[in-house]
Amino acid sequence: MASIRTLHQQLVKKERSAIEITQEALERIQAVEPQLHSFLQVTADHALAQAKQVDDRIAAGEDIGWLTGIPIGIKDNLCTQGIRTTCASRILENFVPPYESTVTAKLAEAGMVMVGKTNMDEFAMGGSTETSAFQLTANPWNTSRVPGGSSGGSAAAVAAGECTVSLGSDTGGSIRQPASFCGIVGMKPTYGLVSRYGLVAFASSLDQIGPFARSVEDAAILLGAIAGYDPKDSTSLKVAVPDYTRFLTPDLKGKKVGVIRETFGEGLDPEVEKVVQQAIAQLKALGAEIREISCPRFRYGIAAYYIIAPSEASANLARYDGVKYGARVANADNLLEMYKRTRAEGFGAEVKRRIMIGTYVLSAGYYDAYYLKAQKVRTLIKQDFEQAFEQVDVLVSPTAPTTAFELGGKTTDPLSMYLVDLMTIPVNLAGLPGLSVPCGFDSQGLPIGLQIIGNVLREDQVLQVAYAYEQATEWHKQDPQLT
Amino acid sequence: MTTVAPVKTQYEAIIGLETHCQLSTQTKIFSSSSAEFGAPPNTNIDPICMGLPGVLPVLNQKVLEYAVKAGLALNCEIARYSKFDRKQYFYPDLPKNYQISQYDLPIAEHGWLEIELVDKQGNATRKRIGITRLHMEEDAGKLVHGGSDRLSGSTYSLVDYNRAGVPLVEIVSEPDMRSGQEAAEYAQELRRVMRYLGVSDGNMQEGSLRCDVNISVRPVGQKEFGTKVEIKNMNSFSAIQRAIEYEIERQIQAIEAGEKIIQETRLWEEGAQRTISMRVKEGSSDYRYFPEPDLGPIEVSTEQLEQWQLELPELPHQKRQRYEQDFGLSPYDARVLTDDRNMAAYFEAAIATQANPKQAANWLMGDISGYLNNEKLSITEIALKPETLAELIGLIENSTISSKIAKDILPELLTQGGSARELVERKGLIQISDTGALEAIIDQVIADNPKELEQYRNGKTKLLGFFVGQVMKQSGGRADPKQTNQLLAKKLNP
Repeated sequence: MASIRTLHQQLVKKERSAIEITQEALERIQAVEPQLHSFLQVTADHALAQAKQVDDRIAAGEDIGWLTGIPIGIKDNLCTQGIRTTCASRILENFVPPYESTVTAKLAEAGMVMVGKTNMDEFAMGGSTETSAFQLTANPWNTSRVPGGSSGGSAAAVAAGECTVSLGSDTGGSIRQPASFCGIVGMKPTYGLVSRYGLVAFASSLDQIGPFARSVEDAAILLGAIAGYDPKDSTSLKVAVPDYTRFLTPDLKGKKVGVIRETFGEGLDPEVEKVVQQAIAQLKALGAEIREISCPRFRYGIAAYYIIAPSEASANLARYDGVKYGARVANADNLLEMYKRTRAEGFGAEVKRRIMIGTYVLSAGYYDAYYLKAQKVRTLIKQDFEQAFEQVDVLVSPTAPTTAFELGGKTTDPLSMYLVDLMTIPVNLAGLPGLSVPCGFDSQGLPIGLQIIGNVLREDQVLQVAYAYEQATEWHKQDPQLT
Repeated sequence: MTTVAPVKTQYEAIIGLETHCQLSTQTKIFSSSSAEFGAPPNTNIDPICMGLPGVLPVLNQKVLEYAVKAGLALNCEIARYSKFDRKQYFYPDLPKNYQISQYDLPIAEHGWLEIELVDKQGNATRKRIGITRLHMEEDAGKLVHGGSDRLSGSTYSLVDYNRAGVPLVEIVSEPDMRSGQEAAEYAQELRRVMRYLGVSDGNMQEGSLRCDVNISVRPVGQKEFGTKVEIKNMNSFSAIQRAIEYEIERQIQAIEAGEKIIQETRLWEEGAQRTISMRVKEGSSDYRYFPEPDLGPIEVSTEQLEQWQLELPELPHQKRQRYEQDFGLSPYDARVLTDDRNMAAYFEAAIATQANPKQAANWLMGDISGYLNNEKLSITEIALKPETLAELIGLIENSTISSKIAKDILPELLTQGGSARELVERKGLIQISDTGALEAIIDQVIADNPKELEQYRNGKTKLLGFFVGQVMKQSGGRADPKQTNQLLAKKLNP
C-alpha cells in the first residue's frame, strides 16, 4: 500500500475516501490471504464503520491527523474490546476482552482503521509464527518460507500490502526479526516508552509494543502515536514524546556508528554478513564514522533470556486455568484435573516447554543458580551497552543471522529456533530501542535486515540513521511478487 | 490423664502470631474497584483484580501510606527501598494464580508492640512483643462450596472476587508470647492500633482481621523450640485465647504420653472448643517467589516519612499512660476508656468542658456503657453530647441535683439530647436546699405521722430513715439529703 504521507494527502485533498482506502486493503487481504494467512481475524465491518466515521469527519470539514483513515493490522495479543483476542492459542480461542489496550485505544482515537488481528506464535513464543495454534503464515517473498516471528502475521501483512502499517510486540526480537525476514521496517522502542496495558504478557520485563511499516517515516509516525506515559502501566516512562519525523534527515556527518564485533562470526550466514557489511560501508559513505565495538557479554544473552523470559512467562500464564475465562475442559472430576487437562489441551508444545523451564528455574534450590545468575548477566549486558554508548551514537549488527528459513525447517529443533534471536535478545535485556531496516537480499531473493540499536530513549538517533540509510538505498522500494 | 495437672508447670508455650489485616482504603490495592465488604457477589470487580489477560497492577498510594503508618506505630524500621514479589500457587480464589506480595524486602521490619495485662486486683504488667515484619499484599477472593464446607467433597464451588485485590498488611510477630491471654491481648492491642490509625476496621467477623497462631511447647529451661503447630479459624479474641489454651494442654498431654508433635495446621472448632488437624506440612511450600516485573521498586522519601510520622495520632498505650498520670485513673479504667478511640475522644471532650475526669469515667463506664450495650449502639450514635455529660456532672457537684435525679434523667438525655440544666429546670427537679422550704415539708411530714413520731421519741431512732423517706417522697426526690437529715434530726429531737 502507499505510504501514510501519500494516503493522508489523498484524504485531505479528497481524492480518495477512507472507505475506498479501507476497501483497497480488504480487497488485497481477500486476494492474498489464501496464500499468506497473515490474519487470524479480518475485521471488515469494524474497519468499514471506522472508515465511515473518518469520512464523516472529513466531510464535516474537520482537520485530520497523519494516521486518520490509515489501515492497520494489530497483533492478536493486543486486547481489543468486543473483538476476539486469542494470542494464537486454543486456551483463548474465544476470549473477547471487555476492555481496550492503551495503544489500540490511542490509535482508534487517532482515527486509524483496524482491518484485522494478525497471526503470531502462541503467546508470542517462537521465532517463525509456526507455534500459532491456528495457522501457518507464509513469507510474502517466498511462500515456502516463514515470515519470522513471533509477530509474523503483522510483518507479512505489511510486506504484502494488506495494510499500511501494523503493530507487533517484541520480547526477544519478535518485531525486528520478522521485519528483517519480510523486508520491511520494524522497531522495538525503549522499554517503558509504550504502554503495555492490554498487551497479553509473555515476559513482562522484556515485552514492548512497536510498529511495522514499509518506510522509516511511517514507523516514526506510528511510534509517535503509541508512545507516551500511561498511568495504567507502572513501568511506563514519564517522558515527553517528540515528533519523531523531525529527526528524519538524510545526513550522517559526525554520526558515530559502532559495529558490534560479536555479531559477526560463527553462526552468521556469509551472504547476510556480506550484505550487512555493504550496508555499513553505505553508512560510512553517508558520512558516518564507523567504529568496531566489543560487547563481550553479548553472547550470553540467549542463555540469560531463556531463564528470565520463561520465568516471567510461567507466572504470567498461570492465570489460564479454566476458572474465569478462556477454554475449560468439560467433565473434569475435580479441580486439579480441570487445571491439568485445561492447560494440557489449551497450550501448545512450545508454550508448555517455556512454562516448565520457568517453573523449574524458579523452584526452591534453583533460583540462585538460574534466575539470579541470569539477572546478573542481564546487568553485565547492560553495562556492555552503556560502555559502547560512551563511544558511539548507535550500534549496528545484522538483525538475524540468516534469512527466512523453510516452513517446518526448525520446528523439531527448539534450540536452533532460539538462535534466530541471537542478535536481537541482548537489546531487550538492556531495554534499548532497536530497529530493523531492509538492507538487501540474499541470492534466493530473501530480504536481509540491518539492526540499528540506540541508547535508552534515543529513538531519534535510531530513526535518523535508519532514515538516512533508507533514503540512500532502494531496498525498501522492492515489493514481493505475490501472484 | 489426672497426672497431668501437677507437671503442667514444667512446660512453657512459645507463641507467635501472623495477622492479616485488611486496610480500609476505598479502592483495591492495584485497581479502582471498591474494596467495600458485603456487596453482592462479583460486583466489586474489574479486569485488573480479575487477572484478565494483558492487565497491569498500579499500586494504590493510600495502601503504602497505611502500611507505613502501621509500621511506624509498631515501632518498625521502614524500608526506604522495597519491592513487590509474586507468590505463586494455584487456587481458584486467586485470579492470577499468583499473589502480589512482598518477600525479601518488606516495607517494615524489626518493631515491637507493648501489651498491658491487668490482673483481677487491677495491677498492670507490660510486655513488649517483637514485630518481625509487616508487608503489603493483595487478598484473594472467596470460595463457597456446594455440598461441603470445604473444597474436598464439594460437588461444585462458586467464587466471589469482590475480595480479590483488597489490600492487606500481614504482620508477623516474634515468638514472644507465652499464654493464650498474652496472644489475645496482643491481637487486641494490634487491632486498637490499627483502628486508632484509621487504617483498618479490624472486624474479625467480616474477616478484616485474621490471626493465625504458631505454637509449640517445651520444658522450662530447654533452649530449643518444640515442634510448631499452626492454628487457624479463630473468629474472636477469646477464641484465640481458648484455642491456645486448648492446644497447650493437648501438646503437653501428647508429650507426656510419649507422642511426637507433628508439624501441621490445625483448625479451631468453635462449637466443640477444640483444634482438629487440617493438613500436615510436608516440608515448606515452594511458592517460587520472584520480583514482580509489572511494578517498580517502592521508594519512601525522607520528607514523606516525616510527614506520615507527624500524622500519627496518639496511640492506645500513650493514651492509657496519660489517663493514668494526668487524670489519676486506674489502669483498668484507662484501658476500658481507651479501648475504643471514639469512647476516648468522647471522654476527652467531656474533660475539655471541665467534667471531673473520675466522674466522667464512672458515668461512661457505668450507666452510659450499660445503655450502649443494651441498645447495641456506639458512643457516636447517642444524642447526649460530651459537654452535656460535663454539665450533668457539674449539676451534681454543685448540689443542683442529686446523683439519683441525674441517673433518672440520663435516659432522656441519651435519647433526646439537649441541655441537662434546662431539662432539670423544666421538670422542676432542682434540689430543695432552702431551709425554710425544707422545714415546711418536714413539719408537715412530722405532723402527718404522730404515731411514728412518738415511737421515735420513745427510742426507736431507726425511724429516722422512715422520715427521710417521707420527706423525699413529699419533695419528689428533690430534697437535699444532707440538709434533710440535719433538719429532721433537729426537729425530731427538740
